[in-house]
Amino acid sequence: MSPQTIDVVYLVSAALFIFSLKWMSDPTTARNGVFAGVAAMVLAVAGTLLRPDITSYTWIAIAIVLGTAVGVPLSWVPLTAVPQRTALSHAFGGLAAGLVGIGKYYLFLHDGDLTAFRTGAIVFEVTFGLLTCTGSLVAAGKLQEVLPTRPVTYPGQNVVNFLLMGGAVAIGVALVWRPELTFLFPLLVLLALAFGVLLVLPIGGADMPTVISLLNSYAGLAAVAMGFVLENKLLIIAGALDGSSGLILSIMMCRAMNRSFTNVLFGAFGQVAAASGAVEQRSAKIATIEDAAQILENADRVVIVPGYGMAVAQAQHRVRDVFEHLTKKGIDVRFAIHPVAGRMPGHMNVLLAEAEIPYDQLAEMDDINPDMGQVDVCLVLGANDVVNPAARHDKTSPIFGMPIIDADKAHTVIAIKRSMNPGFAGIENELYFADNTLMLFGDAKAVMGDLARQLSGETH
Amino acid sequence: MDFITGLFVFMLATFIGLDVIRRVSRLLHTPLMSLTNAISAIAIVGAIILAGPQHDAVSTILGAVAVFASTTNIVSGFLITDRMLKMFKKREPGK
Repeated sequence: MSPQTIDVVYLVSAALFIFSLKWMSDPTTARNGVFAGVAAMVLAVAGTLLRPDITSYTWIAIAIVLGTAVGVPLSWVPLTAVPQRTALSHAFGGLAAGLVGIGKYYLFLHDGDLTAFRTGAIVFEVTFGLLTCTGSLVAAGKLQEVLPTRPVTYPGQNVVNFLLMGGAVAIGVALVWRPELTFLFPLLVLLALAFGVLLVLPIGGADMPTVISLLNSYAGLAAVAMGFVLENKLLIIAGALDGSSGLILSIMMCRAMNRSFTNVLFGAFGQVAAASGAVEQRSAKIATIEDAAQILENADRVVIVPGYGMAVAQAQHRVRDVFEHLTKKGIDVRFAIHPVAGRMPGHMNVLLAEAEIPYDQLAEMDDINPDMGQVDVCLVLGANDVVNPAARHDKTSPIFGMPIIDADKAHTVIAIKRSMNPGFAGIENELYFADNTLMLFGDAKAVMGDLARQLSGETH
Repeated sequence: MDFITGLFVFMLATFIGLDVIRRVSRLLHTPLMSLTNAISAIAIVGAIILAGPQHDAVSTILGAVAVFASTTNIVSGFLITDRMLKMFKKREPGK
């Protein structure tokens, strides 16, 4: 195929990618978005395979078959494992970009085509690609709990990280300035790999939504850099779409926690918080399943606030049972979703959708907060920091200033928790000691199951 | 393509991206991320360009591994996005 024809194919592909994201704006058109994305990708791959310089298809075909064989099972993971899967695929994306960058570097070098501009683009591509790769692997390990979820810190950590980053930048500049210093290139590869690991290690579980979004953005930027290396506009466009998506999501996540990027990346949140955990002995009121069921039955408006605890316990289907029983009794049940609930943006929405809870019952924090005063019962299920009233008034609290769901304003709060242990950040939650709060201890799934049975009238 | 043309393309695509993504419902942020995952696997284009012309063994191997990694993302990304989107349902009338 002639280069002009391929460019036309790429043009159509780029337009379809834009439509693909545009259709994601509404759940009713979102599936068309996937079809547009698939069509765009098929065009892009087909157009590339028909380039005149592609002479051998053997290895490409083998790689595509193997990739499909791995990719299909990866799409069957339970929805609670979607954050890990996403992190893992960022790792694959970063790896692909990094490897292509390395390959191109040595090809340009061999052919004597290594201009300063190309070197600069390759430096970007390889650095972003490889740090995304190892960083995402660490994130996936933390999410799968193969690696410790708590921040891993050591003295002088930030100094080491800044030195690594400075080293990578210095090597990058040196390579662009003096492209003949080729021995520096493998060093850059190693630095990028190491930097990815060290950057994500100190980040705790609750900051994962921001980190995943940021790595998403980096994977896109690596593709953009690849577009500059290969002088390919389609790569630049698709990469820019991915990069801007990751950027918007990370900004949203940071805002939802009232923190800055620097704070997430270099703050090691959990450590700071644990140190300031002055414990005051107070007692909480404990409820039984029967009490809770009775309170729920007598309510008119119920709001359920799900959190990561619901995902860990895989409680979403029991939540649906409770939702059904209450709805049947004519009680209005809504779900209040905090933007950072769970381990990735939108995590709770997907789990509740999986449990067939209609999405029009899910409300965003800003929409539901003004109504919280009129809510009879707020059921807090495995959420902790996102409902902690200390964020509103306690200037010494590490989460001060973070927007929260005003669970405490409901007439009665029922909090389901495994134990009284403070959440991820090690912060005491005064909500549990409030006069209108009842604690229901136990595994979220078991408690919601018992609650559903009690509400259905089956006693045993 | 010169560098400046590339920058123009990048700038315009970023503006479109920011604008389009800002309109995506918060409800769909998880599927959005798996969709953009699949889209960023556009790196497969570069991987094919590296592996296809058979310059030497190293670039063919690096390219093939990159094709493998990208294909994994394309296949699993699109499939899981569609699987998740199928689950989002409105309340059935009469319920």
